[in-house]
Amino acid sequence: MFVPGNNPGMMADAHIYGPDSIMLDLEDSVTMAEKDAARLLVYNALKSIDYGTTEMVVRINPLSTPYGRKDVEAVVKAGVDVIRMPKTETADEVRELEAEILKVEEEIGAVGRTQIMAAIESALGIVNAYEIATASKRMMGIALGAEDYSANLKTNRTPGGAELLLARETIVVAARAAGIACFDTVYSNLDDMETFRKEVELIKILGFDGKSIINPRQIEVVNSVFVPTEKEINKARAVIAGIKEAKAKGSGVISVNGKMVDRPVVIRAERTIALAIAAGVISGEEAL
Amino acid sequence: MKEATAGTLESGDILIQIAPSKGLEIELQSSVEAQFGRQIREVIGETLTGLGIKDAYVRAVDKGALDCTIRARVTAAAVRATGKDVWKD
Repeated sequence: MFVPGNNPGMMADAHIYGPDSIMLDLEDSVTMAEKDAARLLVYNALKSIDYGTTEMVVRINPLSTPYGRKDVEAVVKAGVDVIRMPKTETADEVRELEAEILKVEEEIGAVGRTQIMAAIESALGIVNAYEIATASKRMMGIALGAEDYSANLKTNRTPGGAELLLARETIVVAARAAGIACFDTVYSNLDDMETFRKEVELIKILGFDGKSIINPRQIEVVNSVFVPTEKEINKARAVIAGIKEAKAKGSGVISVNGKMVDRPVVIRAERTIALAIAAGVISGEEAL
Repeated sequence: MKEATAGTLESGDILIQIAPSKGLEIELQSSVEAQFGRQIREVIGETLTGLGIKDAYVRAVDKGALDCTIRARVTAAAVRATGKDVWKD
């Protein structure tokens, strides 16, 4: 969930709504005149506010601006989990950020602590998606930034999202090939939860791990689409139990409820159980 | 040092105005002054001391800011007033 980096009230309350991840923003939501103050707010908030197990991300300004390097210094010193790099177009940009992070981590004796998420927001970024996804061991995910991307493509966003299809599929494929996560772009119209839900359903089918949001009201919709239902969990349990039994018997192929279970079915079942555990629907012990 | 301001009057924030002075003088306006006035003044004073500032007039209008927000706003105002950033260039 995006939270403006110059709004202390929202920064203090954001975790109460239970997002998986909070993304404090130093970039587009902060005016140039307030970049210095927002950086100090984010630094002090990360150092002092107990966000529990919520993953803490900060979207920094690009390193090509006068703010980017100071943002890196501040958030790495404050112990952020992930730096979100905006408008990423090449693998070299990721490596440049990695070098900046390392410099600060060496200074404070915390080498390797900070991960990177790259936001891809242009045609060039999409063309280079796999190189970006594999540019650093610190890469934990790539994300689509659709407003800048559709402007760069000389089109505009539509409710159906036809203009984003190639970008979305490219990002999912690049992330899967690289073995990292992928996150979809925000949907800004809070008055149209119907279209928002359809978009979340679409990006789940495409293979995304999650969706960026701008308001706590959107959390429930994302969770209701992504969190496995009881029926799905029970089916996944049956598949995993069936494959265990087959292995014990030395049999390669099994069937559950009359349907053949092969390797992709097992992988999907394991992912369903992992999602259910991550969402707190079942505990690790209850999984099997 | 020149006069400088940081923060807002939004809920959860604090507006800090800083100006040159002899010694440290803090004028605080807060709806929670009775309970937290002393603590807010301490955080402002400690933050300025940490930045090596002994002489300043500070006017603070608090809207229920957390200590970390007070530290951030005081530091931002001080950096703007002195021109000395806390981060490397």
